[in-house]
Amino acid sequence: MSAGTRLRVDPIACDGRRLCAEVLPELITLDDWGFPIIRDVDMPDHLLDEAREAVRLCPKLALRLDGPRAP
Amino acid sequence: MRITDSFQRLARPESTQVPDCLPRLLPAGLPAGPAGLAGHLARYGPPPSPGVDRRRREGLIEEVERSGLTGRGGAGFPTARKLATVAAGHAPVVVANGTEGEPASAKDKVLLARSPHLVLDGAVLAAEMVGAGEAIVVVHHSVRDVVDDAAAERRHAGSGRIRIKIMTGADRFVGGEASALVHWIERGIPTPTSRPPRISERGLGGRPTLVQNVETLAHLALIARYGASWFRAVGTPQEPGSMLVTILGAVNHPGVHEIAIGTPVQQVLSAAGGASAPLQALLLGGYFGKWVGAEAAATRPFSSAALAALGAGPGAGLIAALPGDACGLVETARVVRYLADESAGQCGPCRYGLDAIAGELQRLTEGRTSDLSTLRRWLGQIDGRGACHLPDGVTGLIRSALDLFGPELEQHAQGWCCATRTPSVLPVPLRKQR
Repeated sequence: MSAGTRLRVDPIACDGRRLCAEVLPELITLDDWGFPIIRDVDMPDHLLDEAREAVRLCPKLALRLDGPRAP
Repeated sequence: MRITDSFQRLARPESTQVPDCLPRLLPAGLPAGPAGLAGHLARYGPPPSPGVDRRRREGLIEEVERSGLTGRGGAGFPTARKLATVAAGHAPVVVANGTEGEPASAKDKVLLARSPHLVLDGAVLAAEMVGAGEAIVVVHHSVRDVVDDAAAERRHAGSGRIRIKIMTGADRFVGGEASALVHWIERGIPTPTSRPPRISERGLGGRPTLVQNVETLAHLALIARYGASWFRAVGTPQEPGSMLVTILGAVNHPGVHEIAIGTPVQQVLSAAGGASAPLQALLLGGYFGKWVGAEAAATRPFSSAALAALGAGPGAGLIAALPGDACGLVETARVVRYLADESAGQCGPCRYGLDAIAGELQRLTEGRTSDLSTLRRWLGQIDGRGACHLPDGVTGLIRSALDLFGPELEQHAQGWCCATRTPSVLPVPLRKQR
C-alpha cells in the first residue's frame, strides 16, 4: 500500500472520455453518464503502474496522483 | 483580556453605549433607511485602527479567535483560521461576499441595506488584520446603490488607507461559492474553478484571498470594537454570538431576524410572529439544507450541535415553515429542478446527474413511477463529485425529503397528493434564458 497516495480527478477538466476506467477498473468505475467514480482509498502498490498509465492517458489531463508516491 | 480592554477604551467614546442586547447588527426598531455614517458611529463608536502595527493586527486576529466567530455564509469555518492563513501569505486581498444567490435567503441583503457601514468596517478591519490594501465588496444588485452610497460617504469623510471597491455579484446560485466569486471578479465568469490551489493561498490574481460572508465581517467589526467576551455573552459556549436568520413560509411575519445561536427553534419562529398555520415540516439551512419534522425541531436549539441530531444544521440561517396543507415532495422537486438548472455545467456528474435526478424526482411526485431505486442509485453516484458542493447539497436535500415525506410517495403513485393549497412555499426564480 502506498500510504497517502491517491488518484484524484479534476471534475471540471474531466470530459468523460473513459480511458481511465479501462486501464484501472479496480479503482475506477463509471457513473450512469460515463464519468469516472474513483474509489477513495490509498493506492495499492500493485496498481501504481496502472494508475500512472491512467494519468498519462487522460486526454484532458484531468487525472493526477496525489501524495508521497506521486510521479 | 488586556487587549480587549484597550480596544474597548479606544472604541468607546463616553457617548457610545456598548450594545448589550439583540439586535447587534441590524438597527433596533424600524428606521426608514440605511444607517448613515454618523448614526453608525454614534451607535457603535469608531472601529479600532490597527494600521500597519504587526502586533496590533495579530492581537486583533487573536481576539477573533477567542470570540469563536465562524463563517455565516453556510459553511461555518472558523474565521480566525482563515484570517491567519491569508495573513501569512504575500500581498493578500479581501473579498466581502454579499452575493447571496440563494433565492429564499435575504439576510445578507437586509444587512447590507440597513447596516452597510458595519459590513464596510468589517471588510476594512479584515483587510488590516491580514495586511491587505484592498477590500472588494461584492453585493446583490438589489442593494448595490445603498452600499455605493455608504462607500461614497466614507470616502467623503476621508476614512482609511484601505481601498474599498464595490461590485455587483452574478445573480445565480453558484456565484457566491468562493472560487466562483474570485472567477467572477477576475474574469466576469461566475463559475467555480478547480482546486488546488486553495483561494486562501492563491486566489485573486494569484494572491492569497480572504473571502468572507458579509455577516461574518459585520460580527468581526463588533468583535474588534468590544472584544471576544462581549461577543460570547450570547450564543452557546461552543457556538457563540448571534446570527441573522431568514424566516419564511407559514409564519405571520416572514423576514430577517437576529437571534442568539442556540435559541430554541420554536422561539425563533416566534420572532417572525409564530406559525400562521399548523406546520408539518421545516426546511433548515437553505436550499442546501435539510427537511426536519416541525414537532421534532420545535424545542431544539438552533445551533449546529443541537440540529446535528436531526441530521440538519443552521446553514446560512434559513428556516422555511411548511404548512400542513402543502406537499413537501412537490416543494422539493421544484427546488431541485431550479438547482439542477443552476448547475454551472462544468462537471459531468452535476451537469447530467442533477438534471436526471430532478427529472426522476418530478416523475415520482407526479406518480408516474413509485420505484425509488433509480433515484437512490443516482444520489449515491453524484455525492462529492463536483468542483463545488452543489451536487452534495442537492443529494442531502432530497435524502431528507425522502426520509420525511417518503411515505407520501405511495399516495402520489395512486394519483393523489396531500397538498390542498396551490401557492408554493419555497420561492424559485423564473428560469432565465442563458
